[in-house]
Amino acid sequence: MVGERKIEDMNQGGDIHLPTRNIAEPSFGFGRGGDREFVLPGNREYLRGDRIARPDRANDSEGRAGKGSGESTDDFVFSLSREEFLTIFFDDLELPRMTRSQLGAAEHLKSTRAGYATEGSPANLSVTRILTHSLSRRIALKGVLKQKTAALETSLAAAVREDRPADAAAEIIAAIEVLLARVGGLPFLEEIDLRYRNRVLRPAPIARAVMFCMMDVSASMDETKKDLAKRFFTLLHLFLKRKYQQVELIFIRHTEDAEEVDEAVFFHDLKSGGTVVLPALELTEKIRRTRYAEGWNVYAAQASDGDAFGSDPARCARFLRETFLPAASYYAYIELTPEQTYHFSNLWMEYKILATESENFAMRRASRRENIYPVFRELFSREGT
Amino acid sequence: MNAPLSTDSEWTFELLENYDTAIARSAREYGLDTYRNQIEIITSEQMLDAYASTGLPVLYPHWSHGKEFIRNAQAYRGGQQGLAYEIVINSDPCIAYLMEENTMAMQALVIAHACYGHNSFFKGNHLFRQWTTADGIVDYLQFSRRYVMACEERHGAAEVEAVLDACHALMPHAVDRYRRPAPLSLKVEAARLTEREHHRERQINDLWRTLPTRERPTESRSTSNFPSEPQENLLYFIEKNSPRLEPWQRELVRIFRKLAQYFYPQSQTKVMNEGWATFWHYTLLNRLHEDGLVTDGFMLEVLKSHTNVIFQPKFESPAYSGINPYALGFAMFSDLRRICESPEAEDRSWFPAIAGSDWKKTLDFAMRNFKDESFITQFLSPRLIRELRLFAVADQSSEKDLRVDSIHDEAGYRRVRTLLARQYCVDERVPDIQITRFNRDADRSLTLQYKQLRGRPLSEAAEEVLRHVHYLWGFPVHLEMRDLDDTVLLRQDCAA
Repeated sequence: MVGERKIEDMNQGGDIHLPTRNIAEPSFGFGRGGDREFVLPGNREYLRGDRIARPDRANDSEGRAGKGSGESTDDFVFSLSREEFLTIFFDDLELPRMTRSQLGAAEHLKSTRAGYATEGSPANLSVTRILTHSLSRRIALKGVLKQKTAALETSLAAAVREDRPADAAAEIIAAIEVLLARVGGLPFLEEIDLRYRNRVLRPAPIARAVMFCMMDVSASMDETKKDLAKRFFTLLHLFLKRKYQQVELIFIRHTEDAEEVDEAVFFHDLKSGGTVVLPALELTEKIRRTRYAEGWNVYAAQASDGDAFGSDPARCARFLRETFLPAASYYAYIELTPEQTYHFSNLWMEYKILATESENFAMRRASRRENIYPVFRELFSREGT
Repeated sequence: MNAPLSTDSEWTFELLENYDTAIARSAREYGLDTYRNQIEIITSEQMLDAYASTGLPVLYPHWSHGKEFIRNAQAYRGGQQGLAYEIVINSDPCIAYLMEENTMAMQALVIAHACYGHNSFFKGNHLFRQWTTADGIVDYLQFSRRYVMACEERHGAAEVEAVLDACHALMPHAVDRYRRPAPLSLKVEAARLTEREHHRERQINDLWRTLPTRERPTESRSTSNFPSEPQENLLYFIEKNSPRLEPWQRELVRIFRKLAQYFYPQSQTKVMNEGWATFWHYTLLNRLHEDGLVTDGFMLEVLKSHTNVIFQPKFESPAYSGINPYALGFAMFSDLRRICESPEAEDRSWFPAIAGSDWKKTLDFAMRNFKDESFITQFLSPRLIRELRLFAVADQSSEKDLRVDSIHDEAGYRRVRTLLARQYCVDERVPDIQITRFNRDADRSLTLQYKQLRGRPLSEAAEEVLRHVHYLWGFPVHLEMRDLDDTVLLRQDCAA
């Protein structure tokens, strides 16, 4: 599907064609061959004994003959919206080795729970807290009143014992009744019981990442290879835009020298020239140092046909090994090769050594449109790398 | 002269009832015997849904139904395919689904077609009488649907799907062709189900394992072939004998078998059933028109869809996809009526028994006692062969080209008729595959045998089907192709 589409349409929804056989419901049936007869309607010129050349696909069970066109088995088609399409497309992919350690700028605040407050919006009322408070308030107030009642009851008993006048006893009884009424009248809930869940905004660690896209646009990259490279980067672009809000993309293209370009130029401009890879790496490193030195996850993807000459490949490899890779999270190299070639480019050979040494370096080859997506998946699959 | 029942194209429930009464009256006059009718109005979306489950809205869930749904929905929305008039369930009362969007004329057409045409066919035709139980089917379908869903919950949807997939692959071979099945009754079935399950669970009582084993005199077990006769109902044999199936899986297979059996007559009477229903909606509505109950505009609309339905493309047209059962069936019943009412000399010599007889009785006799194959053998007239310009083509593996075997002429009538009838014979569509051997004493392998008919091989799908059989059986499965002299021509194994 990725292979069939124009680059611009890559993120549209679309129809998925499943070959009918994948969801066929098999049953025992007759194959071609053997003897049989079949009856057809609408005869015009045939007489008994006439011969009709066998149609190429006499296989169909309906028994079509004569000029009958072959049976066309339609693919089974269903439609996906853009969202569904992209979700399936990038399912299970991620940027490897992403760390969430950096404290971001002020606008990246995360709201977190922070205890309880005495005021807030009704939506934040915390019922359990309120009930706890109400209960303890009632216990506390009831305790005081109970103590007073107990004291009065002792004095009442003393008065009875000492045979005081009835007036005094009646006075005490009245006081006790007042106290008991106060116990009964304690409110279940009071304003001071109310508690609200409190939330505050705190700066949260976020994962920030920068992706360097390096594309070789030299003359040796013919139309097909450029198309492949652009497809690869389009996928990468879509993938990052979709999955990560905090990813910056830097587009670099190079011939014998490198330049930083914007998205439109990167994907649509036609420029050509010779090939030297190293300047592109150096430019990448320069940009990284000046703009993304601290607190960034650094990723890089390079697409090239691997045509590099002289000492260039070796110097590239050394540069990556010594300077760039230690600071980077992940480096993906995709080499675009003609079909069915067993020849490995100079750059490939040098990088090969690099790949065995470094964990954060991966490389793949692709030669056809259909390869791009699988290769992409391999490079960014969750379990791989 | 009566006043028309309605002049508008909109329908209301009252109008539906009036039309139904009028159609019922003329149907009675023609002597149609039907089950009671239950008419339901549904939307086109629901109709597509019902399509997907082979016309049975209460069928168990399976992915192939979803696939059907999408296929039909696309064809419908894309305008390549209109929805069928109706869906009608062979049950008592006979349930017919009408589409909400239809005009009054279409609704009347559908009522005549389904509620009186199909309905009387279900009630009268001997195959339906013999193989299906109209009063129990809806209950049984609901029971099976519940059971399948319960299994999905208990054992996982994937497990259930695997079993059903395998069953679907063997659907044409899940039928007893010559024995009437016991009538389906929900209560009895449910009771038997629980009993069977309990019985099987008792069999696996773990205590038995702890009993000391006694040395038994080793008898040499009989090495005779099992089963003693080849079995053509593959799923039945598998259900009863599979060494691997769990009790609930056996039940699924059993339920599937019962349903396959229920659908069996439909596939054998396609031409007759549709032809009969089409003939009657045509006749009944024309009768209403004669009586002045419907307007000319109504009739034109009816005739337009009627013509679409019985359209038969020529063999060389791109639209050709086999003989249209509606066209053939309608033509045959109409022709039969003509032979009875105004026979010609040719008809008298070909059909001495029915030429000039009472057409209602003759049609009723034909509807009751035949299936497609025998119906064509018996009643396809030379005149109709000429009208349809039928001709037969022979495809012999020994010859380079196809050969025109016979055409619509004096010498060819009988041959064309026989060959057309044979086209509707089950053996012509479903290869004859039987279970010949269950190797109980050794590797428990199962041997299927395909008796080759006129040198025709099996299609490639056989390998796939064999894998499904293997899934149900659990031990090696072999498929042998033998010619009529019993020589093994080809052997396929599935042991993985």
